[in-house]
Amino acid sequence: MSAHLVPVKTYVGVFLVLMVLTGLTTGVAFIDLHAWNTPVALAIAVVKMVLVVLFFMHVKYSPSLTKMVIVAGFFFLALLVAFTLADELTRIWSPQVHGWSILLPILQGRF
Amino acid sequence: MADMATHNAHHAQHDAFQHQFEDMEQQRDAGTFGMWVFLAQEIMFFGGIFAAYIVYRALFHDSFEIGSNLLNVKFGAANTVVLIASSLTMALAIHAAQAGKKGKTQVMYLLLTVLLGVIFLAVKFTFEWTADYHEHLIPGFGFIIRPEWGAAGSHVPMFFSFYFFMTGLHALHMIVGIPIILIIAVMAWRNKFDEVYHAPLEMVGLYWHFVDIVWIFLFPLLYLVGGRYLSNGGH
Repeated sequence: MSAHLVPVKTYVGVFLVLMVLTGLTTGVAFIDLHAWNTPVALAIAVVKMVLVVLFFMHVKYSPSLTKMVIVAGFFFLALLVAFTLADELTRIWSPQVHGWSILLPILQGRF
Repeated sequence: MADMATHNAHHAQHDAFQHQFEDMEQQRDAGTFGMWVFLAQEIMFFGGIFAAYIVYRALFHDSFEIGSNLLNVKFGAANTVVLIASSLTMALAIHAAQAGKKGKTQVMYLLLTVLLGVIFLAVKFTFEWTADYHEHLIPGFGFIIRPEWGAAGSHVPMFFSFYFFMTGLHALHMIVGIPIILIIAVMAWRNKFDEVYHAPLEMVGLYWHFVDIVWIFLFPLLYLVGGRYLSNGGH
């Protein structure tokens, strides 16, 4: 049993698609999509990554165990980013430190 | 020894077959698994700096846009093409071994991969980083905050710290990868790899493709940060 042989034209095809996507992501950056520029750029990058992983890295033909390691890798990356942002984006950047006095209006019935 | 000889003769295994495995297929799958565990670690290694980038970009978005617009998109895009092309030649080197082609064919593709890798590094260091130095855009090496950046200017050095650290770490991975590819090329030249056994070739390929993927994300995150359309682009 030798490894699955991917035809050369598949590699060249994937390469050409990657070239088109590189051109696309560069071109789109010069168009104002308002809040969508970054999501579009990241979506194109993810598609490019999936193509490289599946074909250049042969994961399409790899055992399920290998696929699970990859999914686990990205799962832990997602945890890292999600918990970092959960902290960072939910901090209230108060200009001054309030003690318990911040509760005074409520305690005094003035709210 | 006699047992091993009988065992190997019985299974008619390849010279590179290691006795702890059932067969060559199990040996190959074990190697691939191990390499991917290493690459999963690499995802977390780069993940730390990516997470930091996300947080600071959210906090200092305007500064990151100003910084990104000072980078040269043309060099960034050209280098993306060069690096993806080097991934293609690497895939073709492994394909040559899998298809049972001679070692010389594998070596040719491996040397092409190294050449493209060297071009990438040359563009990055000589054209991009040198220009950044002359324009006083390297934090710690005479960085000058320009008045036209306004209030957001004070955090532009932070964008450049991320830029140099991320592209530097990526370049370091390539600098490590190139000698390894050359060692593998020597092995290929000695016809060590064939359609049954080409694990070292495949492993260095996985590493190189991983480095390519990191760049696939670095290019939009550093060069194409929202607001490119506002400027005329680059230096």
